[in-house]
Amino acid sequence: MIEDLLLTRYNYVVVVLLLGIGTYMLIENSNLVKKVIGMNVFQTGIFLFFITSAYVEGGAPPVVEHGGHGSTYVSPLPHVLILTAIVVGVSLTAVALALVVRIYAEYGTLDENVLREVRADE
Amino acid sequence: MSDVVPLLVAVPILAAVAALVLGQWNERVSWGVAFLASAVQVGMAGLLAATVLGGETVRYEVGNFGVPYGIELVVDGLSASVALLVAVVSLGVLVYSRVAGPRTPAFHAEYLLLVAGLSGMSVTGDVFNLYVFLEITGLAAYALVASGDSGRAAVGALKYLLIGTVGASLYLLGVGYAFIATGTLNMADLSEQLADVGYSDPLVLTAFALIVTGLAVKSALFPLHTWQPEAYASAPDSVSAFISALVSTVSAYAIARMVLSVFTVGFFAANPVAQNIVVGLAGLSVVAGSALAVTQTEVKRMLAYSSVSQFGLVVAAFALATESALVGGTIHLLGHAIMKGGLFLTAGAIAMATGARHVSEYRGLASRRPFLAGSFAVLALAMVGVPPAVGFVGKWYIALAAVQAESWFIAAVILASTLLTLAYFARLVERMYFAGSPPTAPETAETPGPTTDAAVADGGSDGGDAAASTAVAPSIVALVAIVAVSAVALGFVATEFAQMLEQTLPELLLP
Repeated sequence: MIEDLLLTRYNYVVVVLLLGIGTYMLIENSNLVKKVIGMNVFQTGIFLFFITSAYVEGGAPPVVEHGGHGSTYVSPLPHVLILTAIVVGVSLTAVALALVVRIYAEYGTLDENVLREVRADE
Repeated sequence: MSDVVPLLVAVPILAAVAALVLGQWNERVSWGVAFLASAVQVGMAGLLAATVLGGETVRYEVGNFGVPYGIELVVDGLSASVALLVAVVSLGVLVYSRVAGPRTPAFHAEYLLLVAGLSGMSVTGDVFNLYVFLEITGLAAYALVASGDSGRAAVGALKYLLIGTVGASLYLLGVGYAFIATGTLNMADLSEQLADVGYSDPLVLTAFALIVTGLAVKSALFPLHTWQPEAYASAPDSVSAFISALVSTVSAYAIARMVLSVFTVGFFAANPVAQNIVVGLAGLSVVAGSALAVTQTEVKRMLAYSSVSQFGLVVAAFALATESALVGGTIHLLGHAIMKGGLFLTAGAIAMATGARHVSEYRGLASRRPFLAGSFAVLALAMVGVPPAVGFVGKWYIALAAVQAESWFIAAVILASTLLTLAYFARLVERMYFAGSPPTAPETAETPGPTTDAAVADGGSDGGDAAASTAVAPSIVALVAIVAVSAVALGFVATEFAQMLEQTLPELLLP
């Protein structure tokens, strides 16, 4: 059962691992930059989930040449969706890092716990 | 007519670019561009609402790609009302921000991007397109929260960003499950395909759970609300008014759209447990949000927790999914946006006038600032649900629906929430009107609570430093008074609006 899962469904195992690791970093790590990385890992899990769903056994890349129909193709739609989602992810990371830079300039720390203490004294 | 629909998204985006570019040349122009775009937006949304509330649904295929392969924009009574709300509120807050700041071109560009994202969310008929607009809305909102000068705003914005992104990602994951189950992304097509797959299919159930959870994060329902109070409290006043009135509102609209148009009432009929869970969590949100609001000392945080509670009510109404619940939910959704936006604007104006940002500092405000105190009191009582105001009409319909559906839990929650809402607003009204002026000068009054940088979070960006007891521009007082009057006046037209809604809503409720 487990071997079966690992051998044939390993993509989904990796998806769950990425989602779990990402969430854990996001919640547990006190370093703000690492939180942002955790957010990226979490999103990557979702990207992999979509891409895996597009896979068709024996499917060709979805590039249809002139007159070339009849063979099996992988689904191109999830790829396109994830291309968009990656762009969104990059923008989010940029905004997040810009905020981290500003927090560092203001308080001189990237550690959440130190930040809480500094702000409590304000 | 249908050509207007994509312009609802395109006009603000183009204007955002124009505001940014022209603003480099002359900062004053960017406000003008934003104002013009918002006015055009009100016109377009009004035109659509007038068409749609007659009973006709407007559809538009983006790029002429046929449905269900391409992206479809759909405007029915519900989405037209939300799009009109977005346009009107953004115009009102823009007028406020001219005086209160921020006034940089970057602010106006972000502001217009947020309008584009929110309008897009309200008119889209495609679940992935909804995700994209959700993230445009999110990105613009994070940047706007951070546009306050203080470090507190940056921390609030980062927290909002991290939690908001997880919410949107969960929604995307849910869309993935639905897509794997059906192979389509078009909402109308998806609702048929999901019915064919079967509502008890694990894929469909998981998709529902992920989508609702993700959107609940964005609309700040109780256990998922943690980003919201700090984001609202740390943002500049114009921004907190704008975001509190619209961002969560449109996310709650998205919940209604996904639950009623995509999963449909048939899903609830097949899975009563799912319905009970959503209704239960929403009810919990109502009680917990109110209870937390009572304990707050900072006015903006109190208003933020009040939103947690009110959105619980709205989502509970949508999850009850009967006709009067839907009408009540929609009216309360729109009414709450006007009332809460107005309360944040008034709180901002009061802070500008007197520096008061904490509940204790509102002592004797009525004698010093009668118009502002009066507007705040009217809006607060409207939110409690005192009869002629719009807050009453929404709650009335929801309570009616709860009794009709024999959902005694929600009926009890509505009663309890009204009392709790009264509890936290009565504290303020009592201090403003009956407590007398403070013995010491209010401007030097110490600010209790851990968040003492509140005064810094105020529009330091407007250069005016918001010193104590400065005069407030008459335009702001007038605007605040108009909002207060309209919160009451809307209560009178709400019944007619309910009748118009009832013409367009039944198709949402077909099993």
